[in-house]
Amino acid sequence: MASTREEQAEAQVLAGVQDSAEVHPIAAEEATAQANMTGENGDGADEAFQPATRANYRDLGLNGDQLLEMYYYMLLARSLDERQWLLNRQGKIAFVISCQGQEAAQVGLAYALEKGKDFVCPYYRDLGFMVTLGQTAKDVMLSVWGRAENTDSGGKQMPGHFGHRKLNVPTGSSPIGTQNVHAAGVALAFKLRGIDGVVTTQIGEGGTSQGDWHEAMNFASTMKLPMIMMVENNKYAISEPQDRQMAIKNVADRAPGYGMPGVIVDGNDVLDVYRAAVEAVRRARAGEGPTLIEAKVTRYTPHSSDDDDRRYRDRAEVEEVKNNRDAITIFRKLLTDEGILTSELDEKIRSGIRAQVDEATEYAMSAPDPAPSDLYRHVYADQSERTFDSQLSFEWSGSK
Amino acid sequence: MAIKLLIEAVRETMLSLMEQDERVIVLGEDVGKLGGVLRTTDGLWKRFGDSRVIDSPLAESSIVGAAVGASMNGLLPIAEIQFSDFIFPAFNAIVSEAARIRYRSNNDWACPIVIRAPYGGGIHGALYHSQSPEAFFAHVPGLKVVATASPKDLKGLLRSALYDPDPVLIFEHKKAYRLIKEEVPDDDYTIPLGKAEVKRAGDSLSIITYGLMTYHALAAAEKLAQDEINVEVLDLRSLRPLDVEAILATAQKTGRVLVVHEDNLTGGIGGEVSALIAQYAFSYLDAPIMRLAGPDVPAMGFNHVFEEEFLVSPERIERAARKLAEY
Repeated sequence: MASTREEQAEAQVLAGVQDSAEVHPIAAEEATAQANMTGENGDGADEAFQPATRANYRDLGLNGDQLLEMYYYMLLARSLDERQWLLNRQGKIAFVISCQGQEAAQVGLAYALEKGKDFVCPYYRDLGFMVTLGQTAKDVMLSVWGRAENTDSGGKQMPGHFGHRKLNVPTGSSPIGTQNVHAAGVALAFKLRGIDGVVTTQIGEGGTSQGDWHEAMNFASTMKLPMIMMVENNKYAISEPQDRQMAIKNVADRAPGYGMPGVIVDGNDVLDVYRAAVEAVRRARAGEGPTLIEAKVTRYTPHSSDDDDRRYRDRAEVEEVKNNRDAITIFRKLLTDEGILTSELDEKIRSGIRAQVDEATEYAMSAPDPAPSDLYRHVYADQSERTFDSQLSFEWSGSK
Repeated sequence: MAIKLLIEAVRETMLSLMEQDERVIVLGEDVGKLGGVLRTTDGLWKRFGDSRVIDSPLAESSIVGAAVGASMNGLLPIAEIQFSDFIFPAFNAIVSEAARIRYRSNNDWACPIVIRAPYGGGIHGALYHSQSPEAFFAHVPGLKVVATASPKDLKGLLRSALYDPDPVLIFEHKKAYRLIKEEVPDDDYTIPLGKAEVKRAGDSLSIITYGLMTYHALAAAEKLAQDEINVEVLDLRSLRPLDVEAILATAQKTGRVLVVHEDNLTGGIGGEVSALIAQYAFSYLDAPIMRLAGPDVPAMGFNHVFEEEFLVSPERIERAARKLAEY
């Protein structure tokens, strides 16, 4: 009865989560060979998720400073996210939708991109992507209050609806999967213009039920486009577990059906993600076509601040991952073991982030709201719409 | 000047736009090697190849969605929907996405795409190759919508649409492709979006219409002239934005207005036009505003009996105009 449900949920979680006892560092080449490439060779398509091996950062061409950068981005995303929840629970902001638990998947892929050239079509959890690409703490907090200065939308959209022309992030929306077909179009333009740019696009495992996801996968693979599809599989689409969305165990199993490689990565291991990202980016730039990367992650929070996840899952599920497999904790341990991070440096980084978040919060809390007249602007390039009051006239005043 | 069919105007305008601007691509089902099932893109693929004329998968949502994405990365896409009846899988992509790109990004991003689709009936296309969906889109802030059967107008409107920084839908009447011939100037020109045209001046009664119905209205006007009912025919051309000044001006001039469209009556553009006149030109009216439109049935059926019963014809327009003139 109830226990069967919980057992099912538990099995679901365990199927997608790496057993920390099986992690052992091995050489990168071996790791690449062992990576769950379910593409043209059809290897591993039906196997259960394989525990990921820790990639060697030197073999990935990363130095200590770069690792610290990745660490910083993950921490910044986590801190901004935690601050939003605090403000929401204090009744100061209306809405939060989180990246917590998924930062490593996001930073790991974003870090492999070339800023200024590559595009990202994110989904609403992708705060980790946004800060890595260059969205500031201030930008983020301005979006949370929907202030006029907010770079994403000037207060027109809810938080999590990212868009930033300078960062090559096309404006996103709420209908799920629409960002994936946009990404296919961005990739098409790269190819037709002869530019070796890459576009990544992200979605949850639930979103892969949408027609647009399938259309984007088909479009990008049929036309061999430089697109990377990352599915951040956190096992829940709001309340619905993975088995309500698909009959298969891994979204990556779909990839051969589209004629593209599918790779499963440990979303709690930023280097595992980075390794797969580098290869996917290489493929894309070389004209070899798209790649699907499925990152197994855990959503630490409810779907959003309007959700109560106690209604459909056990808190213990989340606590287990937070306590034993948190991506930031794992990475901190690696950096400390490698002598890249000391406790002094760590405190310096954290207090720097705290200060940024505090300053951004202060700023955004008192930043001006948009004006009522802003409602009518930017419907089109060449005109503003007529205001509400104009409806009360018997004389046409035009649309100026 | 040369006499051109609508289909020739469509094809030749796209050809010259593509020759002049390397950012222009055409994307849709069968637009490439085949040249389009109705031959709208005939010759383009031969001239420009796979890198500019793209045969897409059979999936309208991604035809439009990819066009949106491509337009945000330096291209000027013309997405062709094979028949306007099949535009509905792309409705989300058009209304939730394309229409809102500029607005929701606070002018940071724009979506300068063109979506072209053949619409309208009279070619035995039945329920799913004859529809007029323009009203669904004319309702949406952020979109521009054009509908025409005129070769001369199409040439100018398509050029304006392509360079419009916002998404424009162009509905081309499919029966008119091979039915309507006009003198079309040889040089390149634009016709501004949002501008109607008086196709026939008159002072007894105004017919406000668009698409193939413009030509039916002109035919009816010829007959009515014999009885000294001088009909003014205003061709809207743009359904969003509507040329409100022209609509009010003709209502003011004649005091009697008949709005005509092939699309279903209820919720069609005729309602919007009528409401505008009623609010802003009330005191100029000598008669109630009348609408003549396709009946409120899902679409015209396959059998010619159904098609004929559905379609607004010159005779029906004439009958309605006489009724209005007698009021």
